[in-house]
Amino acid sequence: MSFLRFENIRKSYGSFRAVDDVSLSIEKGQVFSLLGPSGSGKTTLLRMAAGFDKPDQGRIFLDGIDITDLPPERRKVNTVFQNYALFPHLTVRENIAFGLKIAGHDKNTIRREVDRMLALVDLEAHADKGIGAISGGQKQRVAIARALVNRPQVLLLDEPLAALDLKLRQRLLMELNAIHEEVGITFLYVTHDQSEAISISDQIAVMNHGRIQQIGTPTQIYETPHNSFVAAFIGDTNFLNATLESSLDPHHSRARIDAERSIIVKHERPLRPGDSVHLSLRPEKIHLSRSEPEPAPDRNRAQGLIEDRIYFGSHTRYRVRCGPLLLTAEVQHQKFSASDASLAEGDAVWVHWQADDSFLLESYDAQDEALLTELDEEPHDAAP
Amino acid sequence: MKSRELRASLPSLLWLLVFVAIPTLLVCYIAFKPATSNGGIAAGWSLSAFKTLADPFFPTIIARTVVIALITTAACLLLALPVAWTMARASASAKNWLLLLVVVPFWTNFLIRVFAWKQILHTEGPLAMLLRNMHLLEANAMLLYHPATVIVVSIYSFLPFAILPLYATAEKFDFTLLDAARDLGASRARALRQVFLPGIRRGISTAAIVVFIPMLGSYIIPDLVGGKESEMIGNKIAQRNFNDRNLPQAAAISAALTLAVLLPFAIRRRTRSD
Repeated sequence: MSFLRFENIRKSYGSFRAVDDVSLSIEKGQVFSLLGPSGSGKTTLLRMAAGFDKPDQGRIFLDGIDITDLPPERRKVNTVFQNYALFPHLTVRENIAFGLKIAGHDKNTIRREVDRMLALVDLEAHADKGIGAISGGQKQRVAIARALVNRPQVLLLDEPLAALDLKLRQRLLMELNAIHEEVGITFLYVTHDQSEAISISDQIAVMNHGRIQQIGTPTQIYETPHNSFVAAFIGDTNFLNATLESSLDPHHSRARIDAERSIIVKHERPLRPGDSVHLSLRPEKIHLSRSEPEPAPDRNRAQGLIEDRIYFGSHTRYRVRCGPLLLTAEVQHQKFSASDASLAEGDAVWVHWQADDSFLLESYDAQDEALLTELDEEPHDAAP
Repeated sequence: MKSRELRASLPSLLWLLVFVAIPTLLVCYIAFKPATSNGGIAAGWSLSAFKTLADPFFPTIIARTVVIALITTAACLLLALPVAWTMARASASAKNWLLLLVVVPFWTNFLIRVFAWKQILHTEGPLAMLLRNMHLLEANAMLLYHPATVIVVSIYSFLPFAILPLYATAEKFDFTLLDAARDLGASRARALRQVFLPGIRRGISTAAIVVFIPMLGSYIIPDLVGGKESEMIGNKIAQRNFNDRNLPQAAAISAALTLAVLLPFAIRRRTRSD
C-alpha cells in the first residue's frame, strides 16, 4: 500500500514547466530518492510534499489523507533543508526543541526527547553551543535531529549532503542509513548525485525536464535503464546504435553497426529485421585483451586502437576507437599485473563483451551523450 | 586598536572631537556659569542654572517628551516593519525603486516638509475642509496644534530612518528560516514572531534608537505644528536661549538631556556584548 502518493502533479512557473504530470507511490518505511539534474522538478515535488508550494493540478495523499491544501505546519512531515536553515539565534538544543515547544509538550518531555535525539546524532557534547560555533557536518546532524524529533510520518531531505565535502558526505551517508534503520521512518530524498541515490535508496525515481524517466530499485536503474537519459545520468555508459539484421532466437538478434561490424543484441520484446536499436553498454562490462579472444556465440568482439587512457588507482579507463565507435572501457585492478600497465595509447587491442551485458533502450536522444563523462573529468560525478 | 586602524579612523575621530565632544563640553561648562542680565556669561561658578530644573513644570514636560517619543518610535517601527519586509522580499529592480521612494523625501528640506504639513492640516486646508464636509470635524475644531499633530508629523519625518536599518537587516535575513519554522509546526504569525523578529533584532534596536533619541530633542516639529499642550524639552531649551537669553539655563537642560540620551546607548552596549 502506498503511504505517500503524488497523483498527476503539474506545476509551472511562468512558462517553465517544473513538474509535468508526475505520479509517484512511496511505500511506508522506504528510502525513496528523486534523482535528477537541477531544474528537473525534484525539489519542486519535495516542496509540494512539505507544503511550501501548491501544485497547479493533481493531489498529494499521505497515509490515505489528501494533504494537498494543508499548510506546512499541519502536515506530519518534516524537512531537512539544503542549507540546513538552522535558527542562528538559538543553541543546538533549542533548535532541536523548536518543534516540540510549538506542539506544546511539557518541559520534561522536551528535555527527554531532545536528549534522545542528541544521542542519536552524537551531538551531546555540543548541545549548548550556538549554531555559529559548530561545523558543517554537525549542522547537518542538528538539522536531521530537529526534523526527526517531531516523529514525522515522512522525512523530506532536500540535497542534505550537497554542501559538504566528499569524505564527510560519504560518512554522513552511512550515518543517515543507520539512522533510517533505527527510526524506520519513510524518507523522501532529493539529490542530483547518482552515487548518493544509489547507495541510500530502496527506490529511485529519475527525473528530467519535470517528468519521471524511470522508477526502480538502484540495481534496476543502473543495470536496465529505460532510456538514454537514465543510462547516461546514472554512472557512465557507451551508446551503440545499430540496425537489426536477423533473428537468432526470440530474445537475441544480430545487428549491424557498419559495413564491417555487427553485434549480437539481447531484447525482451520482439523485434523485426530492419528495426534500428539503441543499446547501453557500461564501461566495466567491456574487456580488453592484446590477443584475439576465442570466438563465442554469446560474445561480441571487435578490434580497435587505444586513443587515450587515464589511471584512477583502483581502475584504469581506456578510450578505444573501433571504426565509427569510440568505446569507453573500465578495467578494474583486482591484482596488479604488468599487462595492465603495458596497454598504452596507440596500441592495438581487442574489445569484447558478453552480449547479454548490453541493454536495449526504449528511447534514445543524442543530446544525452553530453551527460557522458569525459576522460579528463572525474569519474562517477554526474553533471549537476 | 592597531595603529593602522587608528590612522584610518583619525579623520572621523577628529570630526567627532571638533563637532561633538568640544561643543558638549562647552555646554556643560556654560551650565555651571552664572548668567548676566543681558544674555552673557558672568565670571565665577554657579549651580543656579541647574536649580531651574527643579521647576514644577519640568516633570510634566519630561513625561510628555518621553511619551511622544515612545509613541512615535513604536508607530514608526510598526509601520516600517512591513515596508522593510516587502522591500527585502522584492526583486532586485523593485528593491532599488522602493529604496528610492523611501529616500526621496530627503531631497526636500526638512523645514519645508514640516511647513507643508502646516498647509495640509490648516483650518482652511484640504484635509480639514474634507473632514468638515463629511461631518467628521466640528466647524471650529482644528487639526493643528495638538500633541497628536506633533506625533503624526514626527512619524512622517522619522519613518525613513526606521525603514532603512530594518531593511538592511531584513535584506540579509534568510527567509528559508521561516519555511523551516512553518515546517516544524509554527503558524505564520508565530514564525514571524519567533524567527523573523529575533533575526532582525539588530535592525529593530537601531531603528528604535535612531527615532527615539532625536525625538527626545525634537524642537522644530512641536514648535511649528504643536501647541501649548505639546511643548517638549527642546522647546524649553529654545525658550531659555532665544526668549529668556539665559544661556546657562539652556545649557543645564541640554546637559541633562544629553546624559539621559547617553543612557540607552550604555544599555545597548551591554546587551550587545552578551
